[in-house]
Amino acid sequence: MVQFSDARLDASFAALSDATRRGVLDRLGRADASITDLAEAFHLTLTGMRKHVGVLERADLVTTRKVGRVRTCTLGPRRLEDETAWIEQQRRMWDERFDELERIVGERRRKEQIDGRTKRA
Amino acid sequence: MDARSGREATPTQERTTMERTSERELVVTRTIDGPAHIVFDAWTKPELMKRWWVPKSVPIPLVSIEMDVRVGGTYRFVFQVDPTTTMAFFGRYLEVSPPSKLVWTNEEGEGDAVVTTVTFDADDGRTRLVVHDLYPSKNALDEAIASESTPGWAEMLDQLDELLLELDGGSGRG
Repeated sequence: MVQFSDARLDASFAALSDATRRGVLDRLGRADASITDLAEAFHLTLTGMRKHVGVLERADLVTTRKVGRVRTCTLGPRRLEDETAWIEQQRRMWDERFDELERIVGERRRKEQIDGRTKRA
Repeated sequence: MDARSGREATPTQERTTMERTSERELVVTRTIDGPAHIVFDAWTKPELMKRWWVPKSVPIPLVSIEMDVRVGGTYRFVFQVDPTTTMAFFGRYLEVSPPSKLVWTNEEGEGDAVVTTVTFDADDGRTRLVVHDLYPSKNALDEAIASESTPGWAEMLDQLDELLLELDGGSGRG
């Protein structure tokens, strides 16, 4: 999980290390856009914009789908994965907590059993 | 060395489950080996609670714990998050029904409280625990998840901008 997260952060930071790509995310945060729209907005060639979008896609920050001749970009599945990762991280924390709880409960139960025998004796 | 020789049997099922069961709810379950009255004690006596509530992997010491476990009573847990900062978690007990049910509010956040319900179901010497968190809104749960997750891109952008400004300032350019 830790390695998974680190790899994700590396990919994300690499993707975000460029002002154009940050601008693209900011724009897609407001509305979906085609590669052509984005290329025009950022004064880049189609090829140049495709490269930027490719980097963002590999970091799961953007997804694209092609309809006819137009490739439309939207913000990626990253947020959903954040939720899954958070729940797994919380589950592990509870699991660790409960292991300790179970140990303490076992200790108390043994003490009760001993006390019970002492009283009967 | 034979890798198989020292291996212990590992449980095949995940013992603790956690699920977002709706837009506003999180549910954690676990069966504890021990009778419900002892498990309930461990959730309601501060001297026991403080021994298990903070997992060993969380490097944040619990500095004080106060629990007045009765309907309307309050609790307050204070953690030392760094050498100069403490953080308090507090709220109020809404239902105390030994040894089967506990309900409390979590009031440290902004806005309406998250309500936590814990049920203790006795099952042949074991206790089935269900911890249920009800958030005031979908948005409140989404925000709780987002604030504790690895940084989302918007937050990363801000951090990166700050970093770049620092680096830029340090280089003497601009």
